[in-house]
Amino acid sequence: MSILELTAMELGRKIKKREIGVVEATEAALAQIKTLETELNCYVTVDEEGARRQAAKVQDKIDGGMLTGPLAGVPMAVKDNICLEGRPTTCSSKILKNFVPAYTAEAVEKLIQAGAVILGKTNMDEFAMGSTTETSAFGETKNPWNLAHVPGGSSGGSCAAVASGECFYALGSDTGGSIRQPSSFCGVTGIKPTYGTVSRYGLIAYGSSLDQIGPVARSVADCAAILEVIASYDKKDSTSIRREDCDFTSALTADVSGLRIGIPRDYLGEGLDEEVKTAVLAAARELQDKGAIVEEFDLSLVEYAIPAYYVIASAEASSNLSRFDGVKYGYRSPNYEGLHDMYKKSRSEGLGAEVKRRIMLGSFVLSSGYYDAYYLKALRTKALIKQAFDKAFKQYDVILGPTAPSTAPRLGESLKDPLKMYLGDIYTIAVNLAGLPGMTVPCGRDSSGLPIGLQLIGDCFKEKNIIRAGYAYECGRKYEMPKLAKKAAKQEVR
Amino acid sequence: MGKQYETVIGLEVHVELATKTKIFCGCSTEFGGAPNTHTCPVCTGMPGSLPVLNKQVVEYALAVGLATNCSINQYCKFDRKNYFYPDNPQNYQISQLYLPICHDGWVEIETATGKKKIGIHEIHMEEDAGKLVHDEWEDCSLVDYNRSGVPLIEIVSEPDMRSADEVIAYLEKLRLIIQYLGASDCKLQEGSMRADVNLSVREMGVMEFGTRTEMKNLNSFKAIARAIEGERTRQIELLEDGRKVIQETRRWDDNKESSHAMRSKEDAKDYRYFPDPDLVPIKISDAWIAQIKGKQPELQTEKLSRYQTEYQLPRYDAEILTSSKHLADVFEEAVKLSQQPKEVSNWLMTDTMRLLKERGEEPEDLSFDPANLAKLIELVDKKIINRTVAREVFAEIFENNVDPAQFVEEKGLKVVSDEGALRDVIEEILAKNPQSVADYKAGKQKAMGFVVGQTMRAMKGKADPAVVNELVKTMLENA
Amino acid sequence: MANAISDEMIEYVGILAKLELSEEEKEAAKKDMGRMLDYIDKLNELDTSGVEPMSHIFPVNNVFREDVVTNGDDRENILGNAPRQKDGAFQVPKTVE
Repeated sequence: MSILELTAMELGRKIKKREIGVVEATEAALAQIKTLETELNCYVTVDEEGARRQAAKVQDKIDGGMLTGPLAGVPMAVKDNICLEGRPTTCSSKILKNFVPAYTAEAVEKLIQAGAVILGKTNMDEFAMGSTTETSAFGETKNPWNLAHVPGGSSGGSCAAVASGECFYALGSDTGGSIRQPSSFCGVTGIKPTYGTVSRYGLIAYGSSLDQIGPVARSVADCAAILEVIASYDKKDSTSIRREDCDFTSALTADVSGLRIGIPRDYLGEGLDEEVKTAVLAAARELQDKGAIVEEFDLSLVEYAIPAYYVIASAEASSNLSRFDGVKYGYRSPNYEGLHDMYKKSRSEGLGAEVKRRIMLGSFVLSSGYYDAYYLKALRTKALIKQAFDKAFKQYDVILGPTAPSTAPRLGESLKDPLKMYLGDIYTIAVNLAGLPGMTVPCGRDSSGLPIGLQLIGDCFKEKNIIRAGYAYECGRKYEMPKLAKKAAKQEVR
Repeated sequence: MGKQYETVIGLEVHVELATKTKIFCGCSTEFGGAPNTHTCPVCTGMPGSLPVLNKQVVEYALAVGLATNCSINQYCKFDRKNYFYPDNPQNYQISQLYLPICHDGWVEIETATGKKKIGIHEIHMEEDAGKLVHDEWEDCSLVDYNRSGVPLIEIVSEPDMRSADEVIAYLEKLRLIIQYLGASDCKLQEGSMRADVNLSVREMGVMEFGTRTEMKNLNSFKAIARAIEGERTRQIELLEDGRKVIQETRRWDDNKESSHAMRSKEDAKDYRYFPDPDLVPIKISDAWIAQIKGKQPELQTEKLSRYQTEYQLPRYDAEILTSSKHLADVFEEAVKLSQQPKEVSNWLMTDTMRLLKERGEEPEDLSFDPANLAKLIELVDKKIINRTVAREVFAEIFENNVDPAQFVEEKGLKVVSDEGALRDVIEEILAKNPQSVADYKAGKQKAMGFVVGQTMRAMKGKADPAVVNELVKTMLENA
Repeated sequence: MANAISDEMIEYVGILAKLELSEEEKEAAKKDMGRMLDYIDKLNELDTSGVEPMSHIFPVNNVFREDVVTNGDDRENILGNAPRQKDGAFQVPKTVE
């Protein structure tokens, strides 16, 4: 077995036992990147020199007993909308192509303190707007399970990198499903925590009331350990929540006896792929066999989540992205006449079609005369959706369903019909609206070999319930890399 | 001719709060400083930055609201006002539209026409923008974000004012209240207080409001008065001509004494306000309000009447002394130490105000220790120095905050009352001026004044004038 | 399409968002926005009377900081990504008053 097939926790343990060195693990990942990147295009920036230097420093600290955590020395990647000091942070957009922040996001800071080695910044849909990573200004990322298919989005680069061994874990961001859906398409595990759990300081904002940073990795245990490190109260973020229950790894027990699991009937209707449905229900039965109480119920309001989301997210995005104007940083058009022309040309040339689409929609729904009918209406809908989940969580500990209605679509198909693409977010989006924690766990493959994802949703602040359920389900299942990645990985584990 | 028009005026006043740091970040609000040296990722709109509210801003806003009789919105939020301009780093300003912190207050003003209540529609908190400086060399503009994020409160009045006098009285009243609370130094010339005037006209007796225009760039009370007059005239002319007043923003040019419309096709003035998702709402408890109320210092109106009753000062004097909280503080401290309110009042109203005017300074700038003034008064009281010398010493106190007793000692300024020395000096003067003696004997009183003057000069002002007068009279009689 | 978006509307939104679209882009934008708004109209099926618009999920209020200076002179970093700068300031085309 190759080093690259280890999970982050497994690698961490071996590093602690001095069976593998940090530099060795880093070189293995860098070699994998070198081999696969031309094919996969997971990264926007690979920082070889930085990673090597950091690896050596971390090894020193481990040797000196200063770094003792489970993730010390494990090489990882950061989605390119999360700021890292001194390295380009582009949001996969032309408008930020050469932007180098002088500050690091709080979540990344926490991982650095825990001994992470950062390999680079991963590709994404431009400004996190998209579900396929095809709107990136730096080329699409391919799904390592089938190069003709998308990895999902917007954290496609992070998920494909984790899946293919180009890193051991990664950070993504999730506004409407952007961690969970690509994790599902790439056969890896991802969590979007309860809103306010991970600081948003240094995360370049898309939908401020919906965004959260979260882990992408190859096991539930990995995700729990990473989340435990990055969850923190940050006084630089006014929406950061003080929590006393961030010991998520304590939920890594396989005991689900008595756990009440509800499956929304509304999730299982038309539009859901048969193979996905079968795999998800099989997973539910496994949990039932392990002692969980599983039943179907009516969640309601499912079809209203998407329109409400797009109104709210576009509105916030239209405002959040106004700062990209060629004045203080980023792309400024080389030809313009006067101030307003500079604004228009810089933004029109620097921003991609999907981003422009959402900015325009967002500006429209906030504009004079439409604010009540659209924006306030969407906020009222959001309140009702939250109420529906509150009601459901009185009866159930976990809500279970598919992460996406299908497996990964083919490249080039989705952007033709944006509305259809938006409908693919049906299972993930409401979770962001209600601020709930959600996790995706791989639960099989379809007949063409593409991964299927199982989504577990918990009540606010109840990550431990979904971690417990996910861990129990995953139990025994070892992550297997796609063929393409296995071939590339050469090193043997000692 | 014939139609009588009434001017209807409302004001939007922006006040820079006297906090040490900006509203959403820990950058200093200190004035001056090289461009962009008081900035950080938050107040320059860097990607990934987030705002965190300065509690002191809320406290000042509450204090101003309570002192102006407003109702407090005990649940209020911040909203984003979206528009593109380089002095606005995020291209949205964080302000309050839907739930401002205070509403429905009033202040009482007094003008020649009597007392009147001016309504305050609302007061809200918001952030200031950066500064734009035009660079003539390269025909471009330069942006400095030092001021970006400085906390402001905006006080929106009801359209209750009817003349420039009322507007000035309102502004002075606001300034007095806010200065007294320590919430801002409210200096129009320095921009810590800015007023935009909304003005419309209507025929006397008509109930409906006319179309109003907004005027900006009013940097002094005089400019405000001129602008009001100018805009009233302009609007009346339009109406008399059968034309309509267009609702627009106009920029006042005080040099040209005229305004022009600030029209822009590039700006739709559709601000798309929505609650800022990066900030949480503010809940203001009854206890918090009580606490702020409790901290409220005695305001000017109360002091004004107290100075008249307690110190028996005339109203005019009391008005001047209370026109600035700092001045009032100096007065009260000096009175406490000297127990001589009339004396202190005189010193502050005459010499102090004169010296301030000469230096183009405000009462806020007074920096001497009131204890020194008290000591000076004591020295005069005990006849250790005379009034002429006292005025010299006071100038030193004002300028350099000297201890008067020490200063008098060092410079040897004590009154000379030694009769012997005085007699010698007077004798010499009389000897040198026989004509004066003759004139006096002939009945010309002025001659005595001349001798007294010469004596005071010879004594370098240190003689006690009363004693000198007596001696000169006696010696002239006996000459 | 129930929500027909006019040229004026697209131009208006373009001014608000400072975006300049080509003729083809305008046509595509009109169509896209129209379809999106048709879909969003679905929300009208939902009876939300009496429901307060929820802008913040959790009832967290009063997050404050103390009025203490914590930042110093960071100008070098702040200007580090400036497309054009002069004399310590960001340079932009002339702003007309």
